[in-house]
Amino acid sequence: MSDYQPKILVFSSEKISDPAIDLAGLLKKHYSPLVYNITLQCTSSVKPRWILHALRSGIDGVFIASDGTDCAYRSDCSDLTNKSIAKAQEVMKEKGIDLSRVKMAALCSVCADPFVNHMKSFSETLANLGSIKNEIGQKDG
Amino acid sequence: MENQKSKIGVYICHCGGNISDYVDIEKVKNLIAREEGVHLVNNMMFTCSDSAQVDIVNDIKENNLDGMVVASCSPKLHLLTFRDVAKRAGLNQYNYIHANIREQCSWAHSDKTELATDKAVRIIRAAISKVRLSETLEQIEIPAINTAVVVGAGVSGMRSAIELADQGTNVYLIEKDHFVGGRVSQWGKLFPTEEPGENLVERLYHKVKERENITLFTGAEIKAVNGSVGNFELDVHITPRYINGMCDEAIQDQVLKACHAEVDDEFNFGLTKRKAIYKNYPNAYPETPVVDMDLCDKCGECLKICDGRITLDQKEENISIKAGAILLNTGFDPYEPKEGEYGYKQVDNVITLQQFKRLIESNGDKLVYNGKKIRDIAYIYCVGSRDAKGENKHCSRYCCTSAIHTAVDAKTKFKNIRNYHVTRGIRTYGKQETLFTDSSRQGDTYFQFFEGAMPTVENENGKALIKVKDALTQNEDIEFTADLVVLVTGMVARKDENLVNIFKVPVGSDKFYNEIHNKLRPVETVIEGLFIAGGCQSPKNIRATMASTLAASAKANSLIQSGMIALEPIVAKVNPELCEWCGACDDLCTYNAFEKVEYEGKTVAKVNEAMCKGCGACTPVCPTNAIDVVSLSDTEIETMIDSFVRDVEFATTTTEEKADSFAEVVDFEKQVRVLPELSQRILDSLETEPKAIPDIAKELGVAADDVLYHLMSLRKYGMIKDTDEINEDEYYLYELKK
Ligand SMILES: Cc1cc2nc3c(=O)[nH]c(=O)nc-3n(C[C@H](O)[C@H](O)[C@H](O)COP(=O)(O)OP(=O)(O)OC[C@H]3O[C@@H](n4cnc5c(N)ncnc54)[C@H](O)[C@@H]3O)c2cc1C
Ligand code: SF4
Ligand code: SF4
Repeated sequence: MSDYQPKILVFSSEKISDPAIDLAGLLKKHYSPLVYNITLQCTSSVKPRWILHALRSGIDGVFIASDGTDCAYRSDCSDLTNKSIAKAQEVMKEKGIDLSRVKMAALCSVCADPFVNHMKSFSETLANLGSIKNEIGQKDG
Repeated sequence: MENQKSKIGVYICHCGGNISDYVDIEKVKNLIAREEGVHLVNNMMFTCSDSAQVDIVNDIKENNLDGMVVASCSPKLHLLTFRDVAKRAGLNQYNYIHANIREQCSWAHSDKTELATDKAVRIIRAAISKVRLSETLEQIEIPAINTAVVVGAGVSGMRSAIELADQGTNVYLIEKDHFVGGRVSQWGKLFPTEEPGENLVERLYHKVKERENITLFTGAEIKAVNGSVGNFELDVHITPRYINGMCDEAIQDQVLKACHAEVDDEFNFGLTKRKAIYKNYPNAYPETPVVDMDLCDKCGECLKICDGRITLDQKEENISIKAGAILLNTGFDPYEPKEGEYGYKQVDNVITLQQFKRLIESNGDKLVYNGKKIRDIAYIYCVGSRDAKGENKHCSRYCCTSAIHTAVDAKTKFKNIRNYHVTRGIRTYGKQETLFTDSSRQGDTYFQFFEGAMPTVENENGKALIKVKDALTQNEDIEFTADLVVLVTGMVARKDENLVNIFKVPVGSDKFYNEIHNKLRPVETVIEGLFIAGGCQSPKNIRATMASTLAASAKANSLIQSGMIALEPIVAKVNPELCEWCGACDDLCTYNAFEKVEYEGKTVAKVNEAMCKGCGACTPVCPTNAIDVVSLSDTEIETMIDSFVRDVEFATTTTEEKADSFAEVVDFEKQVRVLPELSQRILDSLETEPKAIPDIAKELGVAADDVLYHLMSLRKYGMIKDTDEINEDEYYLYELKK
């Protein structure tokens, strides 16, 4: 495994997945301190341009903690979020950015352990890919 | 977008060490002070304390601040507190942004303090960039129907209905069973009042019936819910009783005898059978019996006897009701042991506590089970509770008390029985401890085992042989036989996937319904307008059930009674300049929030604020990027991302400097009096002499837990220290550190 410490941006939802991230902290379950969270009402609102902006600015990976079927707003929240991800990935493909730099998983409001495990495995994946700056730098000129 | 905010106040909380033990607040403060738009940065020991709030209000007024960031615990705890601070200071509450540096920073990264400090800076910077762009917003008011749906008519649901009705809210009380009362009607005498459960149920039922603004539906189940807080619409399926009104008691008895269809009686946990036409127990309410259509084969025997009230062709019904709020009071299930667990369903005389309760109720003056007289009874505790490796890790809290209470009750009713309790350590907390004394006094015998060495139950010549390694006699292996083994079973969540799917109620790892916050918001769920109380939330006795029930009722009533609910102005907004009306957003929005309007000679989309939930699902589908959710616009999100990635440049500090800086903070804390009021009162109280926690609590008239909490923080900040002395109750004394 590489020593590189990747930066991760998480998009969470106010009512379901953000409480899970809080719970992880409350239980002092540790994950990488290079994980930053932006809380939205529902992850179906993530625009592809936000994902691309993050990667362009030096975030190594974007993790979307959707609500899955728990979503208070829409039962198809994960499907909608997936569509935005797919759109972002089209552009990523063009630019030669590894598609696994964006990932979505559904979390429930008490999914502290799953969140921490996701952060650990996503950090590992991204560490192996190395810095996004190299990727964009090399392929995008 | 309005002009950017340029006089921002940032308040960083130590949280009594919860943050400052892991995040170097002084460093954070220095770096944050350099951020664009920041006018002042203050750190405080407890930002939420009354005195700190007053200081912030004064700061905002004196410095004419136009934005505020509070960096402390999760906004789920104190967002409303600080919005209120902003309002008191005359600042628009949406020009305050919260930075969560406790749950998502100091606690999550307590293992890496330097990186936690780095992350705290980035989180606060992102909040500052958001506040700089924040708009002045007003809440959206939507109409609310002053009607509540209470689901479940156990003691919790009935009490809730009564409370809501008395506060002026109309109530639909929806009970799945055909009789009200839930579990309590099954238990016979209750601890601590000794009142039979049936009587409590009867009293509550009459109160429900007396109130005109409560409509009770029995045999009723919720099938679907639409709408949202203020205006829910529920589809309810109602199974009829197939009997019209009360009938003559003598005829009723004959009819019950005449019915030939039988099934295990769930009310008696399968100990007895019941007919297709039945009542749970003679005094069950509503008084009219019911026909179980799944069992009835329409043989017509009952029709021959009855006076025309039985109408087997009554139709099932679907009704639709509207309500502003919903309260779930659906209770729990007693744990059903697995086959073979302590001989359950394998050794003849092993039953559960709930079955034993019904056995006591249904026996006359002699205790008989399976035709055999019972003399020696063994109670095995914590069955289906405190199972560290299994599904039910929780302590069910009621069962030690209930088992001992039942044993005392049984001994009072059936004089010559003998009770043997095989426990894992008795937890008759609070006043319930007196029961333990009563039971010991009447000669009950106690054994105790530990999790590693569980007792066993085997069949021996028609009796049950119990083997236990008894911790009370230095782990001696003890064997004895009993005529009856009672498994003291815990409480588990009711098996009801249906409601979870319909309401999307969050459930915890113990499968009970989950509140927003265990301590601070114990009866609200993340779904606005949906409340939980009683046994559906966690194991509770009736007293605790009622406490949560009244809290939920008050919360629901205060939400809907004014007829208006203030909602967050966080809704979608269409930029008419960019919109070319393609209808994609309108097709997507399930809340029908879009309208077509004319704008400068073209048709564009417009969001109806009262309909929009602010989910933002519509924003990515717009081909011209014309839609943003207020406060979560592209600019806001993207500048937050920029703030996260921008490097943090710490000046390197030596260990001495760190120590100095910490001392400075302590000094600073002492000087600026940001101590919560109670901390200050504790310090004042210790001026005279060293004291113990219970003594301070008594003197100040507050809970000992609160004193403990503040005392620990004061000790952490070097303001007090513990002595080696103890008071007469053997509590340690604390004194001021001069
Ligand atoms: C063996 C035993 C002995 C006990 N003894 C005592 C005692 O002595 N003293 C004491 O204080 N406490 C005692 N308790 C605890 C007491 O039973 C509970 O505190 C109490 O029952 C909780 O009331 P509730 O209304 O929340 O739940 P429940 O009593 O379970 O009532 C829930 C109601 O909701 C209905 N319902 C469920 N699902 C639906 C649905 N989907 N739609 C509509 N309706 C639904 C049910 O039919 C039921 O009527 C005892 C518990 C046990 C297990
Ligand atoms: S999707 Fe965009 S362009 Fe199409 S109608 Fe809605 S706001 Fe207008
Ligand atoms: S934010 Fe959600 S509710 Fe509001 S208009 Fe968009 S899709 Fe509809």
